[in-house]
Amino acid sequence: MWRYFPVFILVLWAILALTQTYLPISPYHIELDKILQAPSSSAWLGYDELGRDVLDRLIQGASSSFWVALWVVSLSLVMGTLIGAFSAWLGGWLDLVVVHIMDIFLAFPGILLAIALAGILGPGLNNLVFALSMVGWVGYARLARAQTLSLKQREHVQAARALGAGNRRIVFRHILPLLGAPLIIEATFGIASVVIAEAGLSFLGLGVQAPEASWGSMLRDGSRYMLMAPHLVIAPGMALLLVVLSVNLLGDRLRDQLDVKSQAQNR
Amino acid sequence: MLGVVTLVFLLIHIVPGDPVEVMLGESAQIADREALRQALGLDQPLFTQWWQYIQNLAQGDLGQSLHSRAEISSIIAERLPATFELALASLLVAVVIALPLGMFAAWKVNTIWDRLSMGFSLLGVSIPNFWLGPLLILFFSLYLGWLPVSGRESFSAIILPALTLGTALAAILARMVRASLLEILNEDYIRTARAKGLSEQVVLWKHAMRNAALPVTTILGLQLGALLGGAVITEIIFSWPGVGYTLVEAIQRRDYPLVQASVLMVSLSYIIINRLTDLVYALIDPRIRLAE
Repeated sequence: MWRYFPVFILVLWAILALTQTYLPISPYHIELDKILQAPSSSAWLGYDELGRDVLDRLIQGASSSFWVALWVVSLSLVMGTLIGAFSAWLGGWLDLVVVHIMDIFLAFPGILLAIALAGILGPGLNNLVFALSMVGWVGYARLARAQTLSLKQREHVQAARALGAGNRRIVFRHILPLLGAPLIIEATFGIASVVIAEAGLSFLGLGVQAPEASWGSMLRDGSRYMLMAPHLVIAPGMALLLVVLSVNLLGDRLRDQLDVKSQAQNR
Repeated sequence: MLGVVTLVFLLIHIVPGDPVEVMLGESAQIADREALRQALGLDQPLFTQWWQYIQNLAQGDLGQSLHSRAEISSIIAERLPATFELALASLLVAVVIALPLGMFAAWKVNTIWDRLSMGFSLLGVSIPNFWLGPLLILFFSLYLGWLPVSGRESFSAIILPALTLGTALAAILARMVRASLLEILNEDYIRTARAKGLSEQVVLWKHAMRNAALPVTTILGLQLGALLGGAVITEIIFSWPGVGYTLVEAIQRRDYPLVQASVLMVSLSYIIINRLTDLVYALIDPRIRLAE
């Protein structure tokens, strides 16, 4: 039972996000007489400060976080892997430049650069995805570069080169397929950090804009009414925690299964 | 260092949006705009502006705030100590929680205690600080009334922000302490120490912890970046008057020079802290000597 819990949460998250437009929810519908009402049998999570159904808004928030996570992780994974792999394979001055650029990005603490970038570009989902991807690619690039450097000396790569394969062919057919495992693990944990980052930026008012719902903006708005209506803070926070926890659990499990090195350590 | 400065500079200048428009409002005359642009040097080529920026920076001149017209260097000088205070307090919280938790988990490895503390640490990694913060406020400030909701007036005001910011770091550290201790407890010299009849305490503290301190210090240095980034959100939750608070305020007011300076200051602090970590590293490991 406990084994399948994270999978269950994540599948639920994805289904809610994908089917959101077809669900009978009304996240913008206002009922003035129900403002701040606590959870009841008719509205499982109660109503917010404008009299909107919290459950409906939570479901809409699931879709914001899901799409942002999907886009940011895919974009930064593809961008980072390509940059890292090609930089290591081609080497020379290009590699030097890439390493310097990565060092510069890594010199910015955590989410700070994303906050600044999103703040300057202005609020909105597209800018949010752009800001988070700009910050996110570095981790994948560094990993892909390190892995490629060690793969470079492998026999099959040398053989491919001896047979006269071009740079593009070697990187795509002989190097990238072997980068899979560590990058998948990194990307899994990446989902968790992007979900938190999206909510964090929306919490600061830099992400999803009203009236659209995000778990982060629900938390921000709800925290003003915390004493009267704690459900406004507890519901979106719980949703965030469950998703992030599930991703982390799954990531740990994946790492144990895919990563030979850590398997040996655990024994 | 120069790269960071340049990226921060480009960040502000490449992005669409005109600071002159923000300062004068949309109804300003074209001539007025041009005059202000010239006064600010915004009509110069990008490279000239960049060179000017570097020169000013080297003299400690961060420019003026567009909003309050105050010298940014004095704003930052006023706010930076608060952020350091918060970061240090969070670091303390993290170490105080993580060391015993990680050591205990490693000592009682594969028991229910190990699982419990690692489960707790997984929870700590997964809980966003902008949820933990409001929850702590709700419980300790509003229900129990023990601690202040926000501000920096009294000593007790720092407890909740430090707890909020320190928890994630504590969770990561605890896992690291456990992992490195486990590895070390399997080493031959630990078996030798035990065989000599030394007590468990001595083995754990004198032989194992000293060596476990190395990887833990590395992680600590790396994670301080995340800590400084997280400080931005924590400062907002608790209205803590630090650089992070200043940054978000400046973003909302489109006060670009102030945004620029805040990001720069936090990043430079991070770089300096990383250098310091290297020094600490040499201090605890006699095998490493930086001079060589």
